[in-house]
Formats: sequence, C-alpha cells, structure tokens
Amino acid sequence: MIKLENVTKVYPDGTEAVKDISFEVQKGELCVFLGPSGCGKTTTMKMINRLIPITRGKIYIDGMDNTKIDETELRRNIGYAIQEIGLFTHMTVAQNIETVPALKGWDKAKRRKRAEELLELVRMNPSEFIDKYPNELSGGQRQRVGVARSLGADPPILLMDEPFGAIDPINRVELQSEFLKIQQKIRKTIIFVTHDIYEAIKMGDRIALMKEGRLVQYDTPANLLYRPKDEFVEGFVGADRALKGLQLLRVKDVMTTSPPTIQAKDTLEVVRRRMEHVGIDELPVIESDNSFIGWIRISDLKKGKEIGDVISPLTITLTVNAVLNEALSLMLSSGLKTLPIVDENNKLEGILTFDAIQEELHKAVQTGGS
Amino acid sequence: MRRWLVLFILIIILIGLTVWITNMGQIGIFSTFTYGNILHHSKDHLIMVFWAILIAVAVGVPLGTLVTRPGFNKLSPLVLGIANIGQSIPSLAIIALMAIIPISLLIIDFGFNFKTAIIALFIYGLLPILRNSYAGMRNVDPAMVEAAKGMGMTRWQIIRKIELPLARPIIMTGIRISTVVTVGTAELAVLVGGKGLGTITFTGVFAMEPLLILQGAAPTAFLAISLGFILEQIESWMTPRGLKIKSEIS
Amino acid sequence: MVEAWEFVVRRPELLVEWTLAHLHITFVAVGIAIILGVSLGVYITGKGRENIADILLYLAEIAMTIPSLALFGLIILLLGTIWLPTIGFLPAVIALVIYGQLPILRNTYTAIRAVDPAMIEAGRGMGMSETQLLFRVKLPLAIPVIMAGLRNAIVLIIGIATIAAFIGANGLGVPIFRGIRNARMDLIIVGGVSVSILALLVDGLMALVERRITPKGLRIG
Repeated sequence: MIKLENVTKVYPDGTEAVKDISFEVQKGELCVFLGPSGCGKTTTMKMINRLIPITRGKIYIDGMDNTKIDETELRRNIGYAIQEIGLFTHMTVAQNIETVPALKGWDKAKRRKRAEELLELVRMNPSEFIDKYPNELSGGQRQRVGVARSLGADPPILLMDEPFGAIDPINRVELQSEFLKIQQKIRKTIIFVTHDIYEAIKMGDRIALMKEGRLVQYDTPANLLYRPKDEFVEGFVGADRALKGLQLLRVKDVMTTSPPTIQAKDTLEVVRRRMEHVGIDELPVIESDNSFIGWIRISDLKKGKEIGDVISPLTITLTVNAVLNEALSLMLSSGLKTLPIVDENNKLEGILTFDAIQEELHKAVQTGGS
Repeated sequence: MRRWLVLFILIIILIGLTVWITNMGQIGIFSTFTYGNILHHSKDHLIMVFWAILIAVAVGVPLGTLVTRPGFNKLSPLVLGIANIGQSIPSLAIIALMAIIPISLLIIDFGFNFKTAIIALFIYGLLPILRNSYAGMRNVDPAMVEAAKGMGMTRWQIIRKIELPLARPIIMTGIRISTVVTVGTAELAVLVGGKGLGTITFTGVFAMEPLLILQGAAPTAFLAISLGFILEQIESWMTPRGLKIKSEIS
Repeated sequence: MVEAWEFVVRRPELLVEWTLAHLHITFVAVGIAIILGVSLGVYITGKGRENIADILLYLAEIAMTIPSLALFGLIILLLGTIWLPTIGFLPAVIALVIYGQLPILRNTYTAIRAVDPAMIEAGRGMGMSETQLLFRVKLPLAIPVIMAGLRNAIVLIIGIATIAAFIGANGLGVPIFRGIRNARMDLIIVGGVSVSILALLVDGLMALVERRITPKGLRIG
C-alpha cells in the first residue's frame, strides 16, 4: 500500500539524511521504522506525507505517486501523531479530535458522533472527557486523545513518530498493549517510528531497521532477532535477543495441556504411585471441578496423612495468553520451575515448565523463527 | 548593525531639522530661538529629568524590593496596582493636576513651579522602575539565595551581594525606559512652571507655528533617543553574558 | 475645585463634546492601529522575513521614545509638504497610530512566534493549509497576549490624544490647554479629572474584556 522507491533526501547543505531506500508496506500492516538517532527514520516517515520534500525517488500510496496529490489533501487522508502530541490547548478534546473532520466539512452531528466513538476506542469515557481541555488531562490521557485525533477522519494510513515516547514507562507499556488491541480491530496501515527495540518487537508486523540513512534490514521481528543480516543488526537487537524473542511467544504455544494431576480426594498413596509412574517430583492438585488448589511435592509426602494437610497452595498463576517473558520472569522471581496455567475461573488448563520454554527458544534461535 | 543605521539616520534628521529651523532666524512674525537658547534649555531639561529619575530610583528600587520580601508579599498587588494607575492616567493630566491639587500644597509650595514639575515627573516615571525592581528581585533564583544563606550571609549581605547584582540588568531596563519617557514628559513640565526645552516647544504651540514647535521638540527627541541609546549600551554592558534579558517586563 | 463643578453644571455640553471628540480620535486611531499592527505582526512572522521584523520592531521601539510633540511636529511638517491638512485630527491620528504600534505589533509578533511548535507541526501534518493554521491555531492562541498589547495601546493613545489638543485636535486636552493658557483652574480640573477617569475606566473595561476573551483552555488552572 505504501511503496518507497529509491527514496533519497539531501539537504541544501549537503547532508544526506536518507539514502536510496526502497521497500513496501502492505495494507493493514504495522511497519516499524527502527534505528539509532539520526538514522533517517523520522525523515523518511515525513516524506510520506510530504512534510519534508523528497529529493530523489518516489513514494506511491495505493499505487499513486504522492507528489501528484495536493499536499493538504494528502495529509487530510493520513493520520499523524507525534511525540510531543501537539494537542491544541485552546480547543476541547472533542474539537481536537474533530479537527480533520471539520477540515473536510463533515456536519456537526457526524463530527461529534465520531469524536465519541474514538474516545470509546481509546478507552476514555466520552461523557467525562469530551468537553475537557488538554491542560486538564494527564500525560497518558493526552496521548490517547492524540491517537484518537489522528484517527479523526478514519484515514487508511497512520504515521506515528514515537507517539508513546513522552509517557512514563509504566503507562507506555499499557498504551502499547491497548494500541495493539485497537489495531487488531481497525487494521490500519501504520508507520510507527521508534528507537526502542522492545517497542519495535512488540508492536511491529514488520520492522525496517535503518542506519545512517540506509535501510539495513526489512523483516519480521522474529527474523530480525534470529536471522540478523549483519553485525550492526546483531548489535542493535542486543546480545540478549533470545530473551527479547520471548515477547513473541505466548504461554499457549508452549504449555503442556493435559498434565498429570492429583485430585483433592486422592490419598497420599495414589500420589506417590503417580509420581513414580510419570517420574515428576511435583504435581498440581485440583478439585473435582478442575479448579486449581495447589502443588504437592515429593518432599511433602513424608510429613502427613491427608492431601489436605500436605499440599502447598499457590497463588502464582498464568493465563494462556500471557507472553513468555512474563512467564520466565515469574519463574525466576518465585523460584518455581513449573507454573499452573488457569482460566478466569481458576480452572486448570495446563502447566508450563522451564524446560519447555528453553526448548522452544532454542528451537527458534536454531531455525530462525517463523 | 541595521539598528545603528536607523538610529543614525534619525539623529541626523533631528539635528538637521533643529539646525535648519534655528538658521531661519525668522518665521512669520516670530523669531526663532538661538543655539544658545537651545543649549541652555537642554541643560535645564536634563536637570529636571535627572532629579525626577533620582527620586524615582530612590523610592522605586527600595519599594520594589521591599514588596518582594516575604512579609510584604500581600502588599505587592496594591503597590503595583497604584503604580499601574499612575501610568494609565495621561501624563498631561498628572502634570496639570499636580499644580492644583491641595496635596502638593502639603509637600511643597503650592502652585506652578519647578518643584511641582519634578514631583509630577517623578509620579509618572515611577512605574517602570518600581515594576522592574519588583520583577528583577523576584526572578532571582531562590537556590542561589538559599546557598548564600547556608554560607552564612546576613539578609543585607544577600541583598547587596547576590540579589541586587542579579536583578541589576532588569532594574536598569526599567530606569532606561523611565528616563526616556520622562524626557518626553518633561517637555510638558513648562506648563506648570518647569523649565527646559518645553519652553521653546510651547512658544510654538501658543503661536500655532509647527516649525517653532519643532525647534523645541526635535532637540527633545534627540535627547530622548540619544539618552536611550547610551543607557541601552550601559544596560548591555551590565548584563552578564550568560543572561539574555529582553526589554521591559510587560 | 468648586468652580470646576460649577463649570460642568453650567456647560455640560462642552464636557460631552470634549469627551466624545476624545473618544472619537481614540477609536479611529486604535482601530487603524489594530488592523495595521496585527496584520504587520502576522506578516513579519513569516519565513525569511526576520530582517523586516527586526527593523519594524526597532522602529516601533524608537517611536515610543520620541516625545509626542516631536512626532506631532514631524508629521505636521510632512503633511504640509503634501498639502494635506496640518492641524487637528489628521496628524493626531497618524501619530497615535504610530505610537500604538509598539505594543500591538510586538505582542502579535511575539505571541505568534511563541506558539508551541508541536501544535504547528501537528496542525500541518493533519492537513491544515497555512491560512487555516493561522486562523485556527496561531491567532486563537495569540489572542490573550495581543489583547494585553491592545489594552496598553488604548491607554497610551488616550493619554497622548490629550496632548493632541496642542496641535488643534479636539478632546479632553482642550480644557487643560485653555485652562493653562487662560489661568482657569476650573477648566484644568475638568479636563484633567475627566480624562483620568476616562483612562481608568477604559483600562478597567479592557481588563474585563481580556479575561472574557481568553480561550478557556488557556487560563491557568
């Protein structure tokens, strides 16, 4: 949908900011422009909506050369969100979001409805926020309004320049996850600029890694991590790329779905025999309705008579959709090598072992991801 | 560079006008003043301005500073408010009324005289100095004051060695603006018994002869601009390189 | 004092006439000054116009330091050479417009240039043309500061318009002038007090307008 062909930017003083970049972003994809400061990622993005004029080469949007379209018309059909956000302080939240629809001549009712829709989308209660002013909002709220504003006229393309950069780390992670959910719903073609490798891996369908104006590697996050093209990429993704890759995997990809279990009503004898039979030292204990109670360990067997006295209950659990780095972090901090996977009603769905994680990662690194 | 050029052109024009008119010797039925007259009146003019500004500084700087002190903070809107009113009222009104209002009776001999003029000029010239003294002192980084306190300086020493020097550029701006404005206002002082170039100017006014008006007004403008320029240089010189102070705090 | 009051009671129409004339000059001058000042102010914020901006701002600054009678005199001279009326209304208004430029021009220029660049970039990126950017973003945000400048200008102009009586203009300076010339205390008081009240009223009014006109989002807190 967005095709860059030999795109080059040379400034009047001779600086070559972007050197001969070519690649294509598919419709509905979130493409991350990644790279160190000064690599040209923002410059390239701004050439797409012609905020920076292109020196050589062409950019095609949906097949059409973007220089053949009137500048302001072009921009009204591309959503634009920047790091400093730039909300208009003299306008209400609604008026901000309605900016492009107003420029396009939508009638008042239609604009208002759209503003309310978008506030819902970014999970801000419309009735509460619609007439507030930017200086009455927190940083995270402003950022969301910024995103909503960029979606104002429902543009097919979004350009985002470090949109979450000015937010504190805690809120940033939340905003990223929420944005991914939104993107799943709206499926826009998005260019997302960042210098943060973690953000890139988490957000991108594809990543364009740039250095000093050149495109180094344009690939999926997994390929970037496991099949880096050269030393620079390797260095950029970091020596801990295996750990970074954990973000790309979820519990459900790796867990054991029907693990051996112990019922609460079983006797210690049953426990001992099963442990011998399957060769595992600890087993999950469940009620008859499959809800998880706790763990029983071989070391516990010696102590008591009834299951009820012996099991060590556990409040550390995971859900199937959790990302593997969360799982690993939990294992490391709790000292447990096996975690129960439960659903929202605390019913056991499976178990996750440390060995399984390690095996999966090893496989991924060896085969270069999927 | 451009600025000096503009200034230069202006000054040439003003001097040129003065010379041209003085040389005329006669305009209609009126004779123009002589160079001697002009110089004499200029001297008087500057003396008036000097005294007015001196008093304004003597009152304005301490008052402006006082109002920044913790105890007196609440007075600041009042003091600044009064000073602001003083500036909103037309200068001519102040000067004219000064001659009449009984208060002046209390301060000095009532009526049209030199002292009255200076009081009026003082009132009108007070605001910029007061306001900038206040702003200048308030803008001193509290961290520096705290460091000084911690080092063992007394209140007076802090004011003298830290705050005043730091506030100096802004205060100087206020003094500059006030001086320049006062040169202009002083032109009206002759109406209430003052002296100065207004003598020439108003001869022209009463005679309804524009050229005669200019014979007084052009030198006055020259004085205003030149004084402004000189003071601006002093101000620049006074501003530590690290600080970039733009003109009057408005 | 007493005589002054008697005068007002005896000939109220004069006071009215003077006040109206004073307001007349003020409004005309302020009107022209705003249009000129804001337009120029907007113009000089454009790209590549820093030179003009520099010169214009400096000229306005200097104009402020020129004593009013001097400026009046100069303008009268100039008008004389092109055969236009040289007393009263015309030279007064021209001079007043010039005096009004510093606060209005400078404030417009400064305010527009101070607009948060992030907002300008966001606006441009969203597809606003330069004109739309000016009217929907820059000017609304600049209004508070421009209003402050306007207020300054009005008070200034009222003050100097008083002095214009000396070159033949009508207004509240006339009784002051005549009072001084003919040693009539009552006239001086009528003129002086009236114009002071006028100035203070207008200043106060402008303060209220300033507060009302500030877009809600820009008020602190």
